[in-house]
Amino acid sequence: MAYEQFTGAKILIQALIDQGVKDVFGYPGGAILPVYDELYQQNQIRHILVRQEGGAVHAAEGYARSTGKVGVVFVTSGPGATNAVTGLTDALMDSVPIVCICGQVPTHLIGNDAFQECDTTGITRPCTKHNYLVKSTADLARVVHEAFYVARSGRPGPVLIDLPKDVSLGMGPYIPPGDIQHRTYQPRVKGERSLIEQAVDMIAAAKRPIFYGGGGIINSGPRASELMTRFVEMTGYPVTLTLMGLGAVPASHPQFLGMLGMHGTYEANLAMHGCDVMIAIGSRFDDRVTGRLNAFSPGSRKIHVDIDPSSINKNVLVDIGIVGDVTHVLEEMIEIWQAKGYHSDKKALKDWWRQIDQWKARDCLAFHHSKDIIKPQQAIKRLFELTRDHQNCFITTEVGQHQMWAAQFYGFEKPNRWLTSGGLGTMGYGLPSAMGVQVANPDALVIDIAGEASIMMNIQEMSTISQYRLPVKVFILNNEYMGMVRQWQELLHGGRYSESYMDSLPDFVKLAEAFGAVGLRAEKPDDLDDVIREMIRVPKAVIADIRVDKAENCFPMIPSGAAHNEMLLGPADKAERPISEEGMVLV
Amino acid sequence: MPEPVPLETHTLSVFVDNEPGVLARVIGLFSGRGYNIESLTVAETDPAARRSRITVVTSGTPQVIEQIKAQLGRLVPVHRVSDLTVEGPHVEREMALIKVQGTGEKRVEALRIADIFRARVVDSTNESFVFEIVGRTEKLEAFIKLMQPLGLVDLARTGVAAISRGSAGW
Repeated sequence: MAYEQFTGAKILIQALIDQGVKDVFGYPGGAILPVYDELYQQNQIRHILVRQEGGAVHAAEGYARSTGKVGVVFVTSGPGATNAVTGLTDALMDSVPIVCICGQVPTHLIGNDAFQECDTTGITRPCTKHNYLVKSTADLARVVHEAFYVARSGRPGPVLIDLPKDVSLGMGPYIPPGDIQHRTYQPRVKGERSLIEQAVDMIAAAKRPIFYGGGGIINSGPRASELMTRFVEMTGYPVTLTLMGLGAVPASHPQFLGMLGMHGTYEANLAMHGCDVMIAIGSRFDDRVTGRLNAFSPGSRKIHVDIDPSSINKNVLVDIGIVGDVTHVLEEMIEIWQAKGYHSDKKALKDWWRQIDQWKARDCLAFHHSKDIIKPQQAIKRLFELTRDHQNCFITTEVGQHQMWAAQFYGFEKPNRWLTSGGLGTMGYGLPSAMGVQVANPDALVIDIAGEASIMMNIQEMSTISQYRLPVKVFILNNEYMGMVRQWQELLHGGRYSESYMDSLPDFVKLAEAFGAVGLRAEKPDDLDDVIREMIRVPKAVIADIRVDKAENCFPMIPSGAAHNEMLLGPADKAERPISEEGMVLV
Repeated sequence: MPEPVPLETHTLSVFVDNEPGVLARVIGLFSGRGYNIESLTVAETDPAARRSRITVVTSGTPQVIEQIKAQLGRLVPVHRVSDLTVEGPHVEREMALIKVQGTGEKRVEALRIADIFRARVVDSTNESFVFEIVGRTEKLEAFIKLMQPLGLVDLARTGVAAISRGSAGW
């Protein structure tokens, strides 16, 4: 069959249209000009011009994570590609489906140290799920369709296509997307039945069980969250979620113990430590979750469901490892539970909940209120209370103390509403990510909970926000410190605050105005509600500068190198033993 | 401290699409995640299907070996990873070319030992031989050790190629 011939640039645009792409985030440059020329001559794909390529990738991440679709990025060769690297790594760590189209110098110049040339596929090989260098226009259509398939299948991730200029200018056939049967990449989605049966047997026999859910539930689609909540309710077992999993079970659910891990709740971490059966669903036993590995949940048998075979037994050896998509596996678990007429052990469960309620009674998230100074926890709490009735609200964050307070004090009732850089911990993620969320959800209330240090890392994107009239709200917890760095220096380095004070900060109100946004400021607890209400009311972008307690630390905390049962609950709580040397070297 | 887990050595066959960069992906995975490569051989084995076989000899704790297999398995161009060490009997071979320089009694002795090891002479001058030897890694290493005092001046090894015994294909 003869296919129609087009230029590579037109093939690319057509392939994106056929893949259902509506919005692209990017920044033009010499090597990708033919693609931008083609973009100019069509009306189906909207391009959002960012101010730096890093912002484009984070925006595409926000777009992807809030919609479940693949985010698309255009960047040029050389610096365009290298600026994209942080975002690609972030997407890889947090399993976000991205397709990044990257211009490249013409094929005959590759390897010649040409202007704006870099070894893009070499640089991005370890920070993408897969990448391609397209050397012939004839291959382009297939590669683009394959890239979308790879990005969204199995454990999602970023895929980069390096597109030399002569390939985008050359002629080739356009092949529409068919049912792709990839030669090699066919991730397993159905779990092995016999293992699922064994797992359900183990779950039913548990005396002190806990569900430990992660971002894999969110990535599996909204149905996975429904199934997760249903199974949790059928069993009556407690459930905790990782930073990436928040929203998979409603925060207001009575069986939800809060987030676990380094800044998780006392009850979640102690339940993990003391459980007899742990049911890990789409979580990956990250070091921020486990604490010291050789003291991690020592008495439990463990079940782990994950779509990525390499996640199973990577950090923690488990008793039953099930490779499969969370939705499929949970469906089968529920079916087996019902078919076998299982009931949880009511008496054992009652004792277990009694124990958990005692831990809960410690009220680990309590903080001292003040009349004179805004406590950062109070700021998030009020933000939550004043936005919880909003039907369509999304929260992104930067990285640091404000991120942990947001995770602790903002309750997420639904999946895909919480976007934070968990794996890579990228300061500067929140603003461009919020921008991407707002592009995908124009009527939503999108708030970037930020710190004054993180926000400066991608502040240039305020200009993009202004250009496209995106009413993104930036809620800065301003303590004039890199708060988490300062907290670690206080705990680990004798209070020597080396380079963690933020000097010469901009006036954020004036900065907002300079970008055509609205600037607000709260300096006293009494200002807080008015500022939040005004921020929500204004139909424009807002930067709200919330001046918070400079000395506040984020608790509870599992110090590095400590176990779940060695948590610090507050500033008065001294570690039972000083942080060990092994603990010091951990990050 | 828990007792150290003993390291195991495994021979893995990795069947890959022979596309640009595929070897870099495999090697990058080993270096990026801190795994060991003791030996690595690669060549196209099915030119029609553009498929190559990579043989890696690696060492690690049993948990690390499982990780290596899972990580290799999720690379997009990888068809299959098979662990010959656990999957049953298999044959391993390596080839070395060894240059020995010397005259007189040492030269005679080198030739005599080469004969015992069934090494072939593939190049000769009045004061040197190049031996070709094929066998398991241990055999090659024993031969190399014996050649060292007899004037070994240069050495090239292929690394291990391996295949399962019996009639089953990959």
